[in-house]
Amino acid sequence: MKVTLFVPCFMDACYPKVGISIVEILERLGHEIECPEEVVCCGQPAFNSGYWEESRVICRKVLKQLERAEAVVIPSGSCGAMLKVFYPELFKGEPEEAAANDLAARTWEFSDFLVKRLGVTDLGAKFEGKATFHDGCHGLRELKTKDSPRRLLEKVEGLELVEMEAAETCCGFGGTFSAKFPMISTAMGEVKCSSANETGADWMVSNDSSCLMHLQGLLDRQGNPLKTIHLAEVLAQR
Amino acid sequence: MSSPVSQFKTDATAKAGDLRHRGLIQTALRKYEIVRDVRKGAFQDWEQARQSAAETKFFAINHLDTHLVEFAEKLEARGTKVHWASTASQAREIIGGIIKQKQAKSVVKSKAMTAEEIHLNPALEKLGFEVVESDLGEYIVQLREEAPYHIVFPAMHLTRAEISDLFHNKLGSPETHSPEELTMIARDALREKYITADIGITGANFAIAETGMISVTENEGNARLSAALPKTMISLLGIEKVLPKLEDLALFLPMLATAGAGQQITCYNTMYGGPRQADECDGPEEYHVVLLDNRRTELLADPEQRDALHCIRCGACLNVCPIFRNVGGHTYGTTYSGPIGSVITPHLRGLQDWKHLSNSSSLCGACTETCPVKIDLHHHLLHNRRNASAGKPSVLERLAYRIYAIAVNTPGFWGLGKRIGRLAYPFARFFSGTIYDPARAWTKTRDLPPMPGQSFKEWWKERNR
Repeated sequence: MKVTLFVPCFMDACYPKVGISIVEILERLGHEIECPEEVVCCGQPAFNSGYWEESRVICRKVLKQLERAEAVVIPSGSCGAMLKVFYPELFKGEPEEAAANDLAARTWEFSDFLVKRLGVTDLGAKFEGKATFHDGCHGLRELKTKDSPRRLLEKVEGLELVEMEAAETCCGFGGTFSAKFPMISTAMGEVKCSSANETGADWMVSNDSSCLMHLQGLLDRQGNPLKTIHLAEVLAQR
Repeated sequence: MSSPVSQFKTDATAKAGDLRHRGLIQTALRKYEIVRDVRKGAFQDWEQARQSAAETKFFAINHLDTHLVEFAEKLEARGTKVHWASTASQAREIIGGIIKQKQAKSVVKSKAMTAEEIHLNPALEKLGFEVVESDLGEYIVQLREEAPYHIVFPAMHLTRAEISDLFHNKLGSPETHSPEELTMIARDALREKYITADIGITGANFAIAETGMISVTENEGNARLSAALPKTMISLLGIEKVLPKLEDLALFLPMLATAGAGQQITCYNTMYGGPRQADECDGPEEYHVVLLDNRRTELLADPEQRDALHCIRCGACLNVCPIFRNVGGHTYGTTYSGPIGSVITPHLRGLQDWKHLSNSSSLCGACTETCPVKIDLHHHLLHNRRNASAGKPSVLERLAYRIYAIAVNTPGFWGLGKRIGRLAYPFARFFSGTIYDPARAWTKTRDLPPMPGQSFKEWWKERNR
């Protein structure tokens, strides 16, 4: 299958390894990858801040660029939810409404694509350590991506998966919220990290780098030895 | 007085870092979650129950005009005086007028968020009446001269020791940390008030159109005493409280108890349908029902957010909200806190003054997931943000998003941005977290994300060269 990989803006700049890991995994499974140069951001920051017209400027370009893609894979529950759930709302009553609905149906969050579209759970990955999974809220509640990442992690050799009590509790990132209300965002991050610490895990894994960017920033600042890693990076290790 | 937004930011910053508060609230609400889940398990199918409840409320609200008239006519047929209040001040005048006319001196009141919404107590006190809250939690916050902390648990922010000190100082009772003894102290003080009160005021959990009755749910029996002992009873309720049929309570009473407090059913559930009838031996001689609009009809006129009127004020969305759990109820600075408060307050009190509550959310959706009547809470926060920006955009923010749109839509621009970011990155640590740092909001408590030498797109290009 020809897979169109959409590596969101901040992951492109700050977390290139996630995209590289996905290319490795999908190529190993025999799929052809394309990464359109001109697709950069899903338009969510403007959309979530209420600037829907400014957001549409970005989203129209994404719609155009991904018009012919067979399957679009995004390594982020949040950006995935933007395409799958919020593009149809954003373009409701607009000329691009049909295109938005069509793209939504062809778009997949990375773990869901592997498990639900390709039917793969065992990628032959090896990763030593104890890990707990953080459900990003958009993936969990907008896309209902609860089981896929866990089914993939359960098959990783050497990895012990433990659930934290606050697995489904928001980490406090929330996009521009993290900068508009930094102290609330930080408090929420602390609650999350202490729940992860209670499990004795070495790693906090997630399918959303945006949550991990916030949590790792907090962990580093507080000298907490817990480490964060994107699901794709775990699955690419052999 | 500071503006709502600056008050919110100041209080939120203080409370979010208050580890004692955090521990208290997180512990209490974790216990709630455990018992709630046990009670949810007692339903044959909780999700189906939510769906039924949402459909019932949808029908109730979408036919509010006929339901309200039916409700009022049934009540009036049994001698109740029904009053229609468009605004908070009208409601206060109506209630104050009844009390004046009765030449009453003291009023005993059971828990009613609608009364908080219209600031009834201060208005009545200004007229010279003594108003005593009879719900234990409400009584405690009244003695502390503060607003309820939570829709359902008004005093959940206080420890036994703090309540003991309060009673000791205000009522002269001996110090005790026993919840039973503390309850008895309040009970002794309150019993006297019930007996001497001329007027009893209650709220309502539901208004049954079919039978013209209000349903009041409580755990302490205080609402029953507030309603039964004084000669005149007044119930104040929002017009959205309507349920079409009596049998709807079969679902809504256990649902409210489960979602609100993790109870199978609340201890006392009472129906009031009018004053004492000729063949009855007790009940008030006069019964007044005050139906409050206070801009609810504006919400009704908004098809996108009309479902916010489904709310049964169970407080479940507050309990699961990570924002509420970290900033607490008082920080919101308005009667209805938590997700439902952030959704409806802009409608009740003005969007531009209260839009910050909709911005102060990570949009995690835990509220929507838990709401027993399926209000699309977190998406309404997005809608409020959209409406606020459309109505009065921030010039700077809009400009920033316009520039951002150009940057991400132009590959050369984006590539250049990454290169500049990489060049600037090593210098960031020199002013990280200081007032000169443009990313201070982030770096004050968090390290910056990494900025590797090669981006994904650069890697991809190089690989496919």
